[in-house]
Amino acid sequence: MSDKPLRLHNVSRSFGEVAVIQGLNLEIGHGEFVAIVGPSGCGKTTLLNLLSGFDKPTAGTVERFGQVRTVYQQGGLLPWLTAAQNISLGLRHIMPKAKQDQQLQDLLNLIRLDGFAHHYPHQLSGGMRQRVEIARALAGDSDILLMDEPFSSLDYLTRLRMRQELARLLALRPRTVVFVTHDIEEAAQLADRVVVLTERPAHIQDTLAIELPRPRNLTDPAVVHATHHILAKLGLED
Amino acid sequence: MREKSNTSRTFLLPLAVGVAAVTLWWLLCTSGTWSPTQFPAPREVWAGFGEEFQQGRLLHDIGASLFRVGTGFGLAVLLGVPLGLWLGSSALARLALLPWINFFRCLSPLAWIGFAILWFGIGHKSAIFLIFMATFFPLVLSVVAAVASIPTVYFRVAHDHGFGSAEMLWRVTLPAIMPQLITALRVVAGVAWVVVVAAEMTGAQEGLGYAVWDARNGLRPDLLAVEMIVIGSIGVALDWLLVQLTKIRSVRWGYER
Ligand SMILES: Nc1ncnc2c1ncn2[C@@H]1O[C@H](COP(=O)(O)OP(=O)(O)O)[C@@H](O)[C@H]1O
Ligand SMILES: [Mg+2]
Repeated sequence: MSDKPLRLHNVSRSFGEVAVIQGLNLEIGHGEFVAIVGPSGCGKTTLLNLLSGFDKPTAGTVERFGQVRTVYQQGGLLPWLTAAQNISLGLRHIMPKAKQDQQLQDLLNLIRLDGFAHHYPHQLSGGMRQRVEIARALAGDSDILLMDEPFSSLDYLTRLRMRQELARLLALRPRTVVFVTHDIEEAAQLADRVVVLTERPAHIQDTLAIELPRPRNLTDPAVVHATHHILAKLGLED
Repeated sequence: MREKSNTSRTFLLPLAVGVAAVTLWWLLCTSGTWSPTQFPAPREVWAGFGEEFQQGRLLHDIGASLFRVGTGFGLAVLLGVPLGLWLGSSALARLALLPWINFFRCLSPLAWIGFAILWFGIGHKSAIFLIFMATFFPLVLSVVAAVASIPTVYFRVAHDHGFGSAEMLWRVTLPAIMPQLITALRVVAGVAWVVVVAAEMTGAQEGLGYAVWDARNGLRPDLLAVEMIVIGSIGVALDWLLVQLTKIRSVRWGYER
């Protein structure tokens, strides 16, 4: 396997007259956690669609090595399946059945769903639903995790808890992650590298590496410093 | 505790209204406000029930009407749901066929009575044909609309997990439209029950619709009331049966969100 699971070379995407992404270069290393921040409507979801191969660039090349799983912005749990059945979708290709059941049990334990495995998504809290989605994306042998503002619909405290939860799960099951958010604090707390996009047409305005090992506290001086650095770049702090 | 009082209320309140209505009816009849030839008294209707039941006519008519609705509605579901799913998945087919399906949906089933009798004669077949014509087209349109409203993210998730096209249909499209489909089935079954009575008034010699027609011609308002009470009750029972489908665990999401 290549040492760079994702490579974008001079990528542009326009819809008719509207240029959404223009001349974007990005390489993401194995096991790296990259956060993409940018104003809403700037093309973050479009970028993830290019990375997953769902959409094709109008110019430039996208290279991808490994199996991709996406956590969608709108929430991608199938409402007619229970939490356990939804997670099992990610284990479909695992044979024999006994091994699949064992892995399902492991994942359920991992996200501490306790008595809620056989509940349907509409019976779960927002945080639980996100945990089920993450478990499904981590199931099996996926390599690359694309996450589109996964926590933006949660309340503040649940969001903080989900950040911890994601960092904990990734420590146990490392993946290459591209995490889209408009929450700069969230990006600084979670990512190895934060990529700041401009307004549409999006290109990279700034990139910031955060050397501190994960998981981290929100109030860790390095996280605070990174947050300040990004806000200053955006002209929101001096 | 709260739940218990709610369930007893769902039975007791309508029952109380029913008892009050029958009492009012009885009062109006005994006070002579209505003449017995225009409006049968509760006692006469009760006697009518006994008469119809003893002659075996009532059960026979109920059986005939239920058989026709079951067959016509069943055929409409069997053919209409797959057609709706296919139209839902093919833009070209929608373009070509939807205007025509809409055209036939707009035709009152009663307009078909003449042809139904010409083609199928008097009896089961023409009534089944009329019920089919009344239910097939609205059902197809409901399925098409339900398919169109499925969020695309469900298909993307299924695609990400390697679903083939047959699996997409059976394990995404069908479960995704289930709540709306059940609602459509309730509406359409109600239409079928209304239509069978109308169809049997001219195109049959048995069935509840025929019994209504017969009671009218025989100047028997008591029997007319008997048939009407039976028709309404069976309609409510049929709907109750279909409502049970909404209690399936994997469709609750459609009603609880
Ligand atoms: N399929 C499409 N057709 C036309 N325009 C699109 C399409 N997808 C996205 N866009 C446009 O691209 C821009 C960026 O969209 P998106 O990537 O969803 O933004 P973000 O996720 O950053 O909020 C928006 O202006 C949107 O209108
Ligand atoms: Mg978006």
